[in-house]
Amino acid sequence: MRRDIFQAIADPTRRAILVLIAAQAMTPNALAEHFDTTRQAVSKHLRILTECELLKQEYQGREIYYQLEIKKMKEIDKWLEQFRKIWEDRFDQLDKVLSIIKKQKK
Amino acid sequence: MTNSLQFEFTVDKVAKTVFITREFDAELSLVWDAFTKAELIDQWIAPKPLISKTKYQHFKVGGKRFYAMVTPEGQERWAIQEYTSITPKTNFKMHNAFTDASENPELPGSEWDHTFSEQNGTTKVSITIYNESLERLERILDGFTQGMKMSLSNLENLLATLSQK
Repeated sequence: MRRDIFQAIADPTRRAILVLIAAQAMTPNALAEHFDTTRQAVSKHLRILTECELLKQEYQGREIYYQLEIKKMKEIDKWLEQFRKIWEDRFDQLDKVLSIIKKQKK
Repeated sequence: MTNSLQFEFTVDKVAKTVFITREFDAELSLVWDAFTKAELIDQWIAPKPLISKTKYQHFKVGGKRFYAMVTPEGQERWAIQEYTSITPKTNFKMHNAFTDASENPELPGSEWDHTFSEQNGTTKVSITIYNESLERLERILDGFTQGMKMSLSNLENLLATLSQK
């Protein structure tokens, strides 16, 4: 199932998980120690993040390590870049409005 | 000249806050007006092809600006801003929320803080926007791309109709 990545990062626990995993790959047990919730709750967050392809699993022996999917995180940056563009355009429009008013005043 | 004017845009995803700083080649009182008077705001705030339409505005603490972003097809996306703090020509804060056409807000909204300062005829505006959720940020962007897509799909339909002839 494909999920919306923004829904995934809208949750504070999931964002905290991403921050922790960004520093180093971690097992679900190691992650759960950082949170006040149950192991199951953490597993559910991990499942959602994996379904969004923000995380990928890697098996090392019997342990599963979760790793950041850098490519997907870049998608978020690309999206934010669009948002930045809106503001750039908006301010360019404001520059024009300001210069028109300044001319009228003279 | 314009190139030397500063523009910064950063997003703190964890704090759900957007920081924007921009300099303008105009005196402070003029820039202040452009951010606080509806008839001026409407001239620049809407990303093309949308247009901004203010239904009413009372610029005072507790006052509101009720406005719509209108798509080229005439679809209106309403939102309301409530001014929570005003220090003339220095700072103003507001709460922004999407609404329906009857001003019923969809919470959560976002908290906006604008600070103005002038140096040598250049005015610097610093804006921080705190969003309850990043999803909400996405909706703002969606509204913008939606307008674009609708124009494009209209064009597609028109082209399809024409090519059938």
